[in-house]
Amino acid sequence: MMNRIESPAALKAAQAKYQAALAAETRRVLICTGTGCLASGGLKIYEALQRKLNAMGIPCEVQLDGEHEGETVGVRKTGCHGLCEFGPMLRIEPENWVYIRVREEDVDEIVERTLQGGEFIDRLGYRQGGQICRAHDDIPFYQKQTRRVLEHCDKIDAESLEDYLAMGGYSAVSKALFEMSSDEIIQAITDSGIRGRGGAGFPMGKKWAQVAAHDDPVKYIVCNGDEGDPGAFMDRSCMEDDPHRLLEGMIVAGIATGATEGYIYVRAEYPTAVSRLTKAIEQAEAAGLLGDDILGSGKSFHIHINCGAGAFVCGEGSALTASIEGNRGMPRTKPPRTVDKGLFEKPTCLNNVETLASVSGIIENGADWYRSLGTETSSGTKAFALAGNVVNTGLIEVPMGITLREVVYDIGGGIKNGKKFKAVQIGGPSGGCLTEEHMDIPLDFDSLKKVGAIIGSGGLVVMDEDACMVNIAQFFMNFICEESCGKCTPCREGTTRMNEILTRITKGEGKMSDIDELKDLAEMIKTSSLCGLGKTAPNPVLSTLKNFGEEYVEHIRDKHCRCGVCKDLASYHITDKCIGCTRCAKNCPVGAISGSLRQKHNIDPSKCIKCGTCLAGCPVNAIKEG
Amino acid sequence: METIDYKFLDEVLEKHDSDGTKIIPIMQQVQEKYRYLPKEALTYIAKKTGLSEAKLYGVATFYSNFSLEGKGKYVLKVCRGTACHVRKSANVLNALYEATGLSDSKSTTDDGLISIEIVSCLGACALSPVVMVNDVVHAAMTPDKAKDLVAELRAEG
Repeated sequence: MMNRIESPAALKAAQAKYQAALAAETRRVLICTGTGCLASGGLKIYEALQRKLNAMGIPCEVQLDGEHEGETVGVRKTGCHGLCEFGPMLRIEPENWVYIRVREEDVDEIVERTLQGGEFIDRLGYRQGGQICRAHDDIPFYQKQTRRVLEHCDKIDAESLEDYLAMGGYSAVSKALFEMSSDEIIQAITDSGIRGRGGAGFPMGKKWAQVAAHDDPVKYIVCNGDEGDPGAFMDRSCMEDDPHRLLEGMIVAGIATGATEGYIYVRAEYPTAVSRLTKAIEQAEAAGLLGDDILGSGKSFHIHINCGAGAFVCGEGSALTASIEGNRGMPRTKPPRTVDKGLFEKPTCLNNVETLASVSGIIENGADWYRSLGTETSSGTKAFALAGNVVNTGLIEVPMGITLREVVYDIGGGIKNGKKFKAVQIGGPSGGCLTEEHMDIPLDFDSLKKVGAIIGSGGLVVMDEDACMVNIAQFFMNFICEESCGKCTPCREGTTRMNEILTRITKGEGKMSDIDELKDLAEMIKTSSLCGLGKTAPNPVLSTLKNFGEEYVEHIRDKHCRCGVCKDLASYHITDKCIGCTRCAKNCPVGAISGSLRQKHNIDPSKCIKCGTCLAGCPVNAIKEG
Repeated sequence: METIDYKFLDEVLEKHDSDGTKIIPIMQQVQEKYRYLPKEALTYIAKKTGLSEAKLYGVATFYSNFSLEGKGKYVLKVCRGTACHVRKSANVLNALYEATGLSDSKSTTDDGLISIEIVSCLGACALSPVVMVNDVVHAAMTPDKAKDLVAELRAEG
């Protein structure tokens, strides 16, 4: 454990010590062990690399201790490099070369040819259009990105406070404590124009000022890490890959608003985030950067972790605080607002992870720096989780105001398997879908609101021509039905009715009047639900109705699902491509397929149970759905 | 019936000062040990924290991670989030159901080895579709890989 750092000067000295240690590393191999690469085997690569270097007697340093003498090779397991689809991946400094889909067998070659020989191994390089992109900056995926919140994720070991200090960590806490008044801190946040990254886009400076204005001796800072939107994983990376940055943001929030206690509410599905945050808190407390008498200032701030227990609605502010208090996580009517009466009835500043992780940058570099990216009303950058049917799935951070086209094509590399783009679902179950016609609108809070979508927490799920939009709408409604807390009737009963209607449409039992009924219910739920979950629940239905209304009509009138997703509407037929291999007839579990060898086969629709087995087994793709 | 280790319960309660506002972390730790919340344990926690049994039951049934019934040794969390959905997680789920004999209405195998749960999002969307076995994420699942996974878990026992 590090000694206590008891003054701003001591912090500067500690930072300098670890910066020098970092500079002594002539080469560095940064292996991604973010969620994605961990699952694809990143840790094995990290271990194999260490074994190989040790076996060859090459001095390597896996952790900065500032005690090492002479030049070394730094080997670091870092957080997410972003290009999750191509993991496990690693980057080699100083060249900044990127290797993708690295296997354990490649490690010896990497050490011998690259680390010792200075040679690039083409086989492991990222390719786009036949071209090998050697360096990080050559890869189109990275070219339109600016990492601010995720700045350290691909550079440091999340479990090392030393690494964080080498990056200049905790300078914002020092500056906030010794060089700025509370008013100045809040002014800087206000001037930066930063708006809450959790969905609603409320100006952060205003919220801090409202909490600071209360003279109650007990106030709380609460970090909302209940990232429940399906398709979103930005906050996960912030918490797992750079936990100290989040702590720093919370400490500054405490100094600015006069709160001395903070809570981080992490969802149960993120055990790694819980363990890394716990470790970071212990490290920071031992080093005098958190807890009592921070940096010898006499001021204190304590952070506690609460682990969620699987309830989507707890992402809503008042439900979240109810959950921390040990209750069923149900929202309450507002006012009083959380800033006035939040956790344990005390003034509470509730911010989301990404928002709090942005604080240290604003304090250190100033509001103008923050505003230098983004748009007039949506300043700064935003992290998005890019998933679905796109080539480069992963974690991205881009300036606000970038277009969807740039995200899907330039960064995302276009649609997978040469299919056609259909839509992007943005903002999870509270959001909407964007289509071809929205490709060039800027992604910012206000522009998206105008077209009936929201940035939400930042999940972008790209869908190709095979995605049935009625099915997607039903999928979200089913999700909301299950997650509705049941407190208010419009949400509890309304979403259930909408789900019933959507389900019957996908089963081919819909009526034309269902469309109007869906719209009526949607309006009622939007206007009369108690909390944000209910108020936004109809959005996916409304936006698919607006953009893909004809698909609803086809399902209802023609009993037809053009994408072949809705199994009850599917029908299979064998085309002339059939070579008569008999495989489908053999595979069919109900004997619905007939035909003789080398003759075209036929499916008896009255026997067919639409299981799709024939389709999957056909060697020549002769069986079509729809 | 489960034999309850009251000494363990006392330790957990003491760690949280038998504070009623901490019942969620208390129940989480109890569930970690037993893989579910035994009725007797809840009664005991209610007594010690001064809360009503009804309150505990209310909290335990609100959150989907709490279970009042025993779970299998291996809990397979099948992600049915949006990203997994568009990459056909339904087929993975069906393959798992088929391989285990489980269904929407039956979540744990009779031998207590495997439980299947549907979750909304595991936050590993870039690797969809995913299945989490206890705390390990299995990426880019297919129906075939799902069947192999069940066979592997059975072999390990």
